[in-house]
Amino acid sequence: MLKTRIFAIATVMTMLTAPFVASAQQDTIKEIEKYRAALGDGNPAELWEMRGEDLWKQKRGPKKASLEQCDLGKGPGVVKGAYTVLPKYFEDTDKVEDLESRLVTCMVMLQGFTYAQATKDPFGGPGKKADMEALVAYVTAASRGMKMNVGLSHPQEKAMYDIGKKMFFHRGGPHDFSCATCHAADNIRIRLQDLPNLTKQEAAQRAYTAWPAYRVSQGELRSFQWRLFDCFRQQRFPELEFASKGSVALTLYLARNSNGGTFNAPSIKR
Amino acid sequence: MADPMRIRANMVDGKVEVKVLMAHEMETGQRKDSKGATIPAWFIQSVTASHNGKTVLDAQWGPAVSKNPFLSFRFAGGKPGEKVSVTWTDNKGEKRTDEATIS
Repeated sequence: MLKTRIFAIATVMTMLTAPFVASAQQDTIKEIEKYRAALGDGNPAELWEMRGEDLWKQKRGPKKASLEQCDLGKGPGVVKGAYTVLPKYFEDTDKVEDLESRLVTCMVMLQGFTYAQATKDPFGGPGKKADMEALVAYVTAASRGMKMNVGLSHPQEKAMYDIGKKMFFHRGGPHDFSCATCHAADNIRIRLQDLPNLTKQEAAQRAYTAWPAYRVSQGELRSFQWRLFDCFRQQRFPELEFASKGSVALTLYLARNSNGGTFNAPSIKR
Repeated sequence: MADPMRIRANMVDGKVEVKVLMAHEMETGQRKDSKGATIPAWFIQSVTASHNGKTVLDAQWGPAVSKNPFLSFRFAGGKPGEKVSVTWTDNKGEKRTDEATIS
């Protein structure tokens, strides 16, 4: 964490001393790209992928079952490409589910965990590793290089997409923020991070297909549920409940808007 | 027990290029937790790599190395199908050894 901070301070210093702010900003973006490329070789996300694969195949829970028969949307046990069609409607639960809520469903139905057990501690932190983030890393890695193809054929999917869209533009909280406040304009950033304009297809594709990601500053792999959870925190919204209907709706809205983009995650971010 | 390492070993320009990802907290001993108590130092102190019983890399590390470190190095004399093994030892005496086949 300290090392990252030093890097950030150094970059800020160069920005302040550069004569032209615009060109300095371009240079900063280029330098950050270089930093990312240097980190890309040997992405620690692979450690989560390995752990996730192990968890996927391990017989766990009261029913002593593995997740290998879990239907992630492409049939029982199919992991390859599954993330490119999620979130989607599942007949067995009569619900639209994203990857994380679907994994919870499988942990409940196949392995016999309670819903509370399956949704406990979905995000890792100091000294505790989250199984959920490892499973997410494993499943998403199997869709690398494939095109996003999220459908809206079922009426429930359509309804959830509309809810997600409303949430994206809904303003609220002590700052009167919406997702769109930061993510509906070009070329804006928060500190050194570019904020993608998620209302534009190309930017939405680039953003969505880069999650989950290993966060160097946190030393953790972060899932898309975490990304939304943290956006809500930054907006000072009420806490976004893990795998809740609202979180799935917003995920579906963003995933659908990235259709056609090539999935390239787990990635690595500062 | 510590999580396994991810090791890749490939032939590059007649040499073996080894890339290792290690799962480790790498605490510096300088940080404080949310209650203000110092988090004790916990980091990898030595890394060795061997090939056919011969040491090809021997490194001493300190707390300046990042969490979940990545190590890449090359050595001569290896052939595809042979094995490379990497071992780390941390300041708590914990050890981890993993192996990979050169491809």
